Amino acid sequence: MKKRIDILTQNLQVNHSKKNVSSFESAPIVTAPILVSANNAPLLTGSTKELRLVIKNEHQSTATKEHFTTAGHIISLILTYAFLVFFALLFIFPFYWMIITSLKSGDEIKGFSTGGVQTFWPVNLVNNYANLNETFAFGTYVTNTLIVGIFSTIGTIITCILAAFAFSRLEFKGKDFMFTLLLSTMMIPGEMMVVTNYVSVSNLGWTDGSATGAYLAMIIPFMVSVFYIYLLRQNFMQIPNELYLAAKVDGKSDWQYLWKVMVPLAMPSLITIFILKLMGAWNSYIWPNLITSGNRSLWLVSNGLRSSFSTGTNFDAYGQQMAATVLVTLPLLLIFIVFRKYIMRGVSRAGIKG
Amino acid sequence: MESKNNWKAWLYLAPVIILMAVFTFYPIINTIGISFLKNYDSLMHTNDGFTFDNYLEILMIKPKTEIGVIKVYITDFIQVALPNTLLITFITVPISILLALAIAIALNSVKFMQKIFQTIFFMPYVTNAIAIGMVFSIIFDNNGIINYLFKTNIAWIYAGSSGSNPSYWAALFALCTYIVWHSLPYKILIFLGGLQNIDGQYYDAARVDGSNKFKIIRRITIPLLSPQILYVMITSFIGAFKEYTSVVALFGGTGSLTKTSWGASSMLTVAYYIYNQMSKTNTMQYAAAGAVILFIIILFFTLIQKIVAKKRVHY
Repeated sequence: MKKRIDILTQNLQVNHSKKNVSSFESAPIVTAPILVSANNAPLLTGSTKELRLVIKNEHQSTATKEHFTTAGHIISLILTYAFLVFFALLFIFPFYWMIITSLKSGDEIKGFSTGGVQTFWPVNLVNNYANLNETFAFGTYVTNTLIVGIFSTIGTIITCILAAFAFSRLEFKGKDFMFTLLLSTMMIPGEMMVVTNYVSVSNLGWTDGSATGAYLAMIIPFMVSVFYIYLLRQNFMQIPNELYLAAKVDGKSDWQYLWKVMVPLAMPSLITIFILKLMGAWNSYIWPNLITSGNRSLWLVSNGLRSSFSTGTNFDAYGQQMAATVLVTLPLLLIFIVFRKYIMRGVSRAGIKG
Repeated sequence: MESKNNWKAWLYLAPVIILMAVFTFYPIINTIGISFLKNYDSLMHTNDGFTFDNYLEILMIKPKTEIGVIKVYITDFIQVALPNTLLITFITVPISILLALAIAIALNSVKFMQKIFQTIFFMPYVTNAIAIGMVFSIIFDNNGIINYLFKTNIAWIYAGSSGSNPSYWAALFALCTYIVWHSLPYKILIFLGGLQNIDGQYYDAARVDGSNKFKIIRRITIPLLSPQILYVMITSFIGAFKEYTSVVALFGGTGSLTKTSWGASSMLTVAYYIYNQMSKTNTMQYAAAGAVILFIIILFFTLIQKIVAKKRVHY
């Protein structure tokens, strides 16, 4: 025991000298509290590490140390903000460049005939939006997208509400099995389904080139979403059981209870689903591209955008190309600004359960 | 009562079950079936029976046609699509996860303007992948801003003025830059959500202990964030293996991909290969085989991550 105390005091001295070296002269003498704690039985039996911990605590309580940490804190805060601002600029830059380029002349976009000089603000403002409709029939694409988007969204919401109700409120044989089965399909890449679905919809005659056929092919297979069923089920399960029992006492059927009580209570989630699903239609490219192939009048916005312009051929078209991308991007950003809370909550919900 | 409820519940589930039976469960089985059919014709629904050849042919184990000594192989899948996809995955996933982690930790440590930064860092998620991909192709243009700022003369997307095609690595760099940029928001959001759920007591305890910032991140933040990291890793691996839209957006439509003079022709991915084969009626069986292989790859990597996670993830 004696030996250990010796070691401890040696350590104390070492720490003291260190403290002096690191110019903390103005710090109050810390020997007294350390002696007190050194006299405590539990600390004595502990290792030297514990004692050092006490010393460090004393350091932190001194005014100079606080000054020192404040300075360090400010520096790290400045660095953090610099880091964040740098990445924020990288995140914003493509949007900025898109808008700027949409207002430039072809000559300016390719860096003038002298070559290679890029401007961060258009020298000559050019309205590339004016004759855009000749190359990029935005109105047609938006109409198609809205038809497909709204119908598939309404379909999804109805099927999701019904399924989520069954999974959250009703008891039936094979419930857990069915739910696991549905969830497990989320792991399977969509390409597995697309191969057969493409054959299926052509069997159904939906790829005959008619508008109705194409709409059906783009709506019906997308009227179910396992992820949204999962999302809505979580939400339904949070609704207290007492409400259900009260409704039963009132003589309400399951059906009435679902639409009169549960759906209104789950409205925030339903709005989230509605927005995310609609945005999905706006962004979908692969399947519509397969279904409509060369039929311009049936393209959705993404297909119209990609197929109306080519890369690396015509600089004069670059301005129009960027004008078109602005038109496609802007509605999404506006929706994002208005419904930011719903969108971010819906998207982040996926990660919480892990 | 119970049996009545039982019957009703299935009625509620009926729309989902019917739609999924037709467009999800049947296709999974049928696609596996098609992948084993010889000379499947998707229009006439004819085939020449069961075979392993589709797999052997796209994996280059067996030649597609063999006339005398002349053997013709399908080289696209095994020599172009698969290496491209693996490279894209193993470049973009670690980079984007580390960047997202750094940004989320930085974002979580500040209060002033946090909401504004959070909104900015989420913006790429709510944009059209095709639209912003086209913006990136302008940014990486031969006369574009990247070449101007860095005083380089590199052909990233298409052949330069000298007529030389973009080098493989230049095209891959442009593609990976775009993929990372586009995939960061989701990861940042998930990580930030996880960080905000971590109990402040852990940090207080660490500070009392006198641990420095990096030690705190390594010993407390990362372990407590491990469920989110695992989730993001699995989803981004799956996403990267299915990369397709970014290639189309950056390098041009499907049609241009057949041109060998384009940089894009070397950026064929597994998903792109599948869609290419689907657009022709007599190559559907290769698309099916490709899809099954993609599924197996994804399954394999997901399982590996789950096994590794069992030891490392703290729930």
